[in-house]
Amino acid sequence: MSDNHGHHESHAHDSHGQHDEHHHEESFVSKYIFSMDHKTISRQFLITAVIMAFLAMMMSFLFRLQLAWPGEKFAIINFLLGDKWGKDGILDPGMYMALVTIHGTVMVFMVLTGGLSGTFSNLLIPYQIGARDMASGFLNMLSYWFFFLSSVIMLAAFFIETGPASGGWTVYPPLSALPQAMDGSKLGMTFWLVSMSLFIVSSLLGGLNYIVTVLNLRTKGMSMTRLPLTIWAFFVTAILGVLSFPVLLSAALLLIFDRSFGTSFYLSDIYIGGQALEQTGGSPILYEHLFWFLGHPEVYIIILPALGLTSEIISVNSRKPIFGYRAMIGSIMAIGFLSFIVWGHHMYMTGMNPFLGSVFVFTTLLIAIPSAVKAFNYITTLWKGNIRYTPAMLFAIGLVSTFISGGLTGIILADSALDINVHDTYFVVAHFHIVMGVSAILGMCAGVYHWFPKMFLRHMNKKLGYIHFWGTFISAYGVFFPMHFLGLAGVPRRYYSNSAFPMFDNLVDINVFITSFAILAALVQIVFLFNFFYSMFRGPKSEQNPWGANTLEWTTPMAHTHGNWPGALPTVHRWPYDYSKPGKDQDFVPQTVPLAEGEIDGGGH
Amino acid sequence: MSSHAVTETESGSAWSGGKSPFGVSYGKMFMWFFLVSDALTFSGLLCAYGFMRHKHPEVWPNPGDVFTHFPFYEGHIPLAYVGLMTLILIMSSVTMVLAVEAGHRNDRKKVTFWLFLTIIGGAMFVGSQAWEWYHFIVGTDHGAVRNFIRDGEWVTDTFYGANMQTNEYGLPVFANFFFFITGFHGFHVFSGVIINIVIFINVLAGTYEKRGHYEMIEKTGLYWHFVDLVWVFVFTFFYLL
Repeated sequence: MSDNHGHHESHAHDSHGQHDEHHHEESFVSKYIFSMDHKTISRQFLITAVIMAFLAMMMSFLFRLQLAWPGEKFAIINFLLGDKWGKDGILDPGMYMALVTIHGTVMVFMVLTGGLSGTFSNLLIPYQIGARDMASGFLNMLSYWFFFLSSVIMLAAFFIETGPASGGWTVYPPLSALPQAMDGSKLGMTFWLVSMSLFIVSSLLGGLNYIVTVLNLRTKGMSMTRLPLTIWAFFVTAILGVLSFPVLLSAALLLIFDRSFGTSFYLSDIYIGGQALEQTGGSPILYEHLFWFLGHPEVYIIILPALGLTSEIISVNSRKPIFGYRAMIGSIMAIGFLSFIVWGHHMYMTGMNPFLGSVFVFTTLLIAIPSAVKAFNYITTLWKGNIRYTPAMLFAIGLVSTFISGGLTGIILADSALDINVHDTYFVVAHFHIVMGVSAILGMCAGVYHWFPKMFLRHMNKKLGYIHFWGTFISAYGVFFPMHFLGLAGVPRRYYSNSAFPMFDNLVDINVFITSFAILAALVQIVFLFNFFYSMFRGPKSEQNPWGANTLEWTTPMAHTHGNWPGALPTVHRWPYDYSKPGKDQDFVPQTVPLAEGEIDGGGH
Repeated sequence: MSSHAVTETESGSAWSGGKSPFGVSYGKMFMWFFLVSDALTFSGLLCAYGFMRHKHPEVWPNPGDVFTHFPFYEGHIPLAYVGLMTLILIMSSVTMVLAVEAGHRNDRKKVTFWLFLTIIGGAMFVGSQAWEWYHFIVGTDHGAVRNFIRDGEWVTDTFYGANMQTNEYGLPVFANFFFFITGFHGFHVFSGVIINIVIFINVLAGTYEKRGHYEMIEKTGLYWHFVDLVWVFVFTFFYLL
């Protein structure tokens, strides 16, 4: 059954073929826990990410309470954090910093990198390219378990005496390098670094697998220009991860040495309690360079998969081919390339040479071009489409909205002359939350609603889906839009309380407004959680191709079988966006349908 | 990236699916991309080294004054020993090439022989690095003098060699980077030697002969050459520039 493999290294696929023939029962452990099947691993990633996202949201809820009503007493703070960090219901300032830090880290890495790529790359790469599984099921399994371990360690820091890391998700030295600086730089910081190292291993194993699978295991006829845009996005994302995470590893290793072995890579001229620190000669700016060389591609690692999912969902639900397929691929690659040469825009305030700063301004502004091409193409795909407003479609359109409104403030922040004024204020918080946080979450939700029938063979409830969408979308703008005004007024981010600054007194109401929407957002997510877990077991059973989509995953039977296709692998004859093609009986033509006499394949014009 | 539209008639082209576009197995491709990734880790470290060296041009030690020892020789020959080490490592790459080549011919005896020499070469390099570290840590006979304030009084003392906090040859950060980067590279070589030993045992056990091909040797060979190549950069940055 090892069909159409052109090379000898196809053990994994041969063995899957045998599974189909013998139908042998697997043990619970090998089927659901240490599974090497891409579908199970994808569901493991998704469920872990949903739980992590919920916890990270709870963290933000706690610090939002403090920001809206500084110094007020809340029973829930005492209930969740105990007397140590929530005495009488007042949030401890150190804990506030820890919550901000871990919220950021968990959302950026565990939810939107591991969770988003891990879930959808694993699910869709083998399905949409027509492969039996990932190139290496074993490494794929390791990737999940490293991710799981890393998530557990990150959270475990809440249960140690000195609490989790609290120097912000960027963990800049010297604060993070010196345990004597604060509680949050003690053991919790070590946990953070260990967790992040494991995460890098996980991301590397996953990324290598995605790249190799896309290159090597495409089924017959699935050329690179017939790949759905989802796959292009995952592919470029994986390349970004493989190139940028190792640099974070270098940064983290040097930081570990500074913390534990007395080196001074990042430390210089520091006095603690009047005593000069022995470590001298290093530079904290070095860390920023290394960190942001990862950190900037990282935001594209987050947003590209979401954009990929959106491309597919918008095209399917507009019943129209995606507008500018080639331009979309070109934009994804351009964004990927540019993301490596813009890291300096996070460092305009480090005393960087203004000339160098203007180089980074230029490269950063360049990213607006491919991003605008993508936004334009989404809108033109929607234009005069036969739109079906499924929950997935609403989330995808929501992404287009937030991607544009967040992107516009990006143009302001890219400019060093403007950035200096709003640096480290809530303007920045508003910008990156809208453009990458909310957008990626909306894209992820779109993906969950759209591919839920493929993952769990059942549909999610549509009505609850609409409540979830409108609640999330409105409250996301309700939370982050007013932050622009806080930022323009100069309110600094990461402060426990601004009550010491009389100039901000008249802005307190805005914080109450924001927190009210944050609470609404949290409540709406409970609707989602219920819908998600309930539909997993009780949702209405889905037919094979519920959305009338062209891509290969909907040609697999509605059961989770090893090897995905019971017989031979499908052969691909056309690009994936033949929707509403004139002269066809149906408004979609799956990729497996051969081209008719004289018919020209789309996408390649 | 595919550069042209693939139509039905062209479905035989390398990128049209159903086969590996580069004609290599997934395992070898894994190794390629892993090495790209690892190269970025080293690039990060070496850029950091360059950054710091650029920051302290006056107090950066001259490697020719630091690494002057040679076994069984009392005098000082700058950089001779590290040159020898480098030669050994490069020779081990040559023997690895020969092992891979013998693997292509399914010549088990020759694979065993050349792989054995590669392991010896790798082990000698790791040993040499330990020796190099030893002399760097012990330092010179005369040491260096430093003045500092302790409890409000000026204190003068002499110290020898280098460690994570002090460095008699100059800036401590030089020693930090030296230990970290050569250590990180040495760890790679050490891992390579272990992997080579595992492969060697498999060759002896006839695993690859049964499998019909020696592709595993090619994969570890890629890693081994990469480690060599990285050393060439580390050597250039630390010793030559």
